[in-house]
Amino acid sequence: MKRLLALTALVTGLLPFIASPGMAEGQLKVYHWFEYIPQELVDKFEAETGIDVTIDTYDSNEAMLASLKAGKLGQYDVAVPGDYMVEIMRGEGLLDSYKPDEMPNFKNIAPEWLDVPFDPGRQHSIPYQWGSTAFAVNRNVYKGDISSLAIIFNPPEELKGKINVLDSQGEVLALGSLYLGIPQCSQDREQLKALNDMLLAAKANWASFGSDTAEDVLVSGDAAAGMIYNGFSAKARAEGANVEYAFPKEGYVVWMDNMVLLKDAPNRANALKFMNFLLDPKNAAAVTNYAAYNSGVTGVDPFLSDAVRNSPENNPPAGQKGEFIEACDQDTQKLYDAIWTNLKK
Amino acid sequence: MAAPVNSQSSGNQTYGELVNRLLLPTWLVIGCLLLIPVLLMTVYSFLTKEFRGGIEWNFTLAAYEQFFITRGLFGDEPPQIEWTYITIFWRSVWQAALATLLCLVIGFPTAWFIATRPARIRPVWLFLITIPYWVNLLIRTVSLRFILRDNGPLNEAMMALGVISDPLPILNTDLAVQIGLFYSYLPFMVLPIYAAVERFDFALSEAAADLYANRWQTLTQVVIPVVRPGIVAGCILVFIPALGAFLAPDLLGGAKNFMVGSLIDEQFRGSQGNWPFGAAVSVILMTLVLIALLVQARNASRGQA
Amino acid sequence: MKGVRHYPGFLAATIACLLILYVPLMVIAVYSFNGSTSITKWSGFSLRWYADVFTGPEAERFGLATWNSLSIAIIAATVSTMIATAAALAMIRGGSFRGRQATYALINLPLMVPEIVVAVATLIFFTTIGLTTGYMTILLAHVTFCIPFAYLPIAARLTGIEPTYEQAARDLYATRGQAFRLVLLPLLGPGLVSGWLLAFIISLDDFIITNFVKGAGMETLPTAIFGSVKQGIKPNIMAISTLMLGVSILFVSLSYLVNRRGRTAA
Repeated sequence: MKRLLALTALVTGLLPFIASPGMAEGQLKVYHWFEYIPQELVDKFEAETGIDVTIDTYDSNEAMLASLKAGKLGQYDVAVPGDYMVEIMRGEGLLDSYKPDEMPNFKNIAPEWLDVPFDPGRQHSIPYQWGSTAFAVNRNVYKGDISSLAIIFNPPEELKGKINVLDSQGEVLALGSLYLGIPQCSQDREQLKALNDMLLAAKANWASFGSDTAEDVLVSGDAAAGMIYNGFSAKARAEGANVEYAFPKEGYVVWMDNMVLLKDAPNRANALKFMNFLLDPKNAAAVTNYAAYNSGVTGVDPFLSDAVRNSPENNPPAGQKGEFIEACDQDTQKLYDAIWTNLKK
Repeated sequence: MAAPVNSQSSGNQTYGELVNRLLLPTWLVIGCLLLIPVLLMTVYSFLTKEFRGGIEWNFTLAAYEQFFITRGLFGDEPPQIEWTYITIFWRSVWQAALATLLCLVIGFPTAWFIATRPARIRPVWLFLITIPYWVNLLIRTVSLRFILRDNGPLNEAMMALGVISDPLPILNTDLAVQIGLFYSYLPFMVLPIYAAVERFDFALSEAAADLYANRWQTLTQVVIPVVRPGIVAGCILVFIPALGAFLAPDLLGGAKNFMVGSLIDEQFRGSQGNWPFGAAVSVILMTLVLIALLVQARNASRGQA
Repeated sequence: MKGVRHYPGFLAATIACLLILYVPLMVIAVYSFNGSTSITKWSGFSLRWYADVFTGPEAERFGLATWNSLSIAIIAATVSTMIATAAALAMIRGGSFRGRQATYALINLPLMVPEIVVAVATLIFFTTIGLTTGYMTILLAHVTFCIPFAYLPIAARLTGIEPTYEQAARDLYATRGQAFRLVLLPLLGPGLVSGWLLAFIISLDDFIITNFVKGAGMETLPTAIFGSVKQGIKPNIMAISTLMLGVSILFVSLSYLVNRRGRTAA
């Protein structure tokens, strides 16, 4: 019996080596967030070009950076970091660059997203999706005014103890800074002390920190208000929660995910083909309809589904400005790291 | 019939000469695949952190200093003891210890019960205990979340039975974390104890009964000393992983406080990107656990016979 | 008199144990039939998620991931159990030899090191020595951290077995190998099974280490699931989990029937 088991195990172990992928026009190795691109679109690309696409996933910008630094650089062709992470990767020399004439669809990039602070002139990246991060409130529990970040940081009675915040240093500290009206990468002692004290006081009213569960807690009622990405808020609404997404007057966080060309990409030409493919308005619309955020490509509008085009989460009121999260320099970052550790200790 | 249970007495040298060959695979596998990387990490703890993750080859004690000494938020106050990280350690030790206790209290009777069933049925019980673990831990923890919620099935059942009138807030508390840890590691307590109990010679207990010991005396004075290696193994297999766990604390406890596990994770996969500090915390954790293990091993070999 | 096999409250503890273990699983199974994409609000019975698992866009991916997870777990559990048995023999039946304490520490090393540290350190190590990451690297890493989990039940069991049995066999002119195979091994049985089971479930569930040391394009079930959680947990994950549960129950029932057939004296 034991021998049989061992034999089975041996055969089972050899099988992965027997199966081999078919290689026609080569391969493409994508490092991506899970379920951020519809499989049908990938299939379409594979059918059009004959390239074999594999997608590996990560669960946060920082985790992606960590694994690239620990040794995965050179295994992937493209990745999809957020705005501040593009800048960080640029500074660390993890990105390869391209010239606009290598991508015929380069002209489709929307002008307002062409010259971004984290990649001026778009030499390393293309826009993928953008959205905002603020908060949503369950209208069954609280019917008052929700136009201020005070809902999170100095909540009214009905919401105390029922608030979830994102478990992410960048977002929480950025929104906190916006609430207090202080700059994001400040080194001013008074301002930092104020931020530290305000967060500690606010924490007493928070039920939990959670990024994955941000949408779940609103639907299930564990939280009546919470920091959330606009797309998650739309999903919560679709699942029946009576939540309203807020665009606070103090400001909110705007983020953009971008597809970047990685240094030492094993299949650089195929990578450029893929990026070009995603700049086609029909394909960009397919991504947008799937992910329910906004695209950075012109001409997508006719192809968008009504639900996505008209969702309140994707249409901020005029005059409300969103801010990108800033990546601070080393000394400043140390101070913010200390504030976060202090908050969570 | 007092059979020596200790392994150290002579007559237990059956494999004496084979020791080197028997241990070769272990040394090869763990030595190459783990020891070397861990030594590498230890070296890392003495290096300088590279901004946003990684290391620079400059030797320094900065990481350990960050752990033990604080100079205020801006780094310019006189040095004092840093209690932050010690508190985090203490909290994790407490959580792990309580979880181990909980596992022991429920796991020991369960293991005993299974081991005293007819031999044919025992594998069925064993598998019953381990089948749930074929389902991914994250999914099971999420499911536990669902059950423990304020308006979840547990509270509703308790209210329907009249035990409580208002929902008991269990989620996002330490109790939920305990339940979660217990749930994560239960079979690690049951299986080793089962293996040890199954070997127990029930004639010993009948002898004790003949000497007018009641069942509980038999348990504490005859049974437990004999199955102690199993109990100790179970406790080790629960306590140590629980110490570094962060799935249950985060998902069920609300992630409001760092545990050792989440603290280290933040250094490597979070915004703080401080690998030397993460390595230093790990070294401190490993040292503490190693000391505890060696003390226990020495006690075991000295106390028994 | 009932004797020491029956303690009051022990049955209750076992029932409580099983209840706690299975109630969350029942919830998972129930919600895998949920009509909507929510996992907290029930909206009607539907088999759509099971259809999605087998025919949906992610089907191939999850199928391959499951295959990888199961095959790695079986191999890793088997190999680590063998290594652990050898180690247990040496530690417990080898008398006191030089380096005994060090070996004890080494065997427990995978337990003591936090997973994230193992993950990052192992990847850096593999990259430094130029080992291409892929199936084999996952397997190697899994065998390594399964060893202490297999070792501890086996050692606990071995400690309770007197050497007299093997000595008796040797006195009757059995070789050491025969004494091992025919006397000690059967006695070790439950310990081996416990060790194998522990190693198996540890390997099946591992996420952090696997995520770091796997090659591009490799997925195991936990890495696939964890990634999907970031976009919100959908009932298709529940369906996969329920299927895994079904498979394991099937596997167990089969092995029980096979064992019953071939069993001699209890």
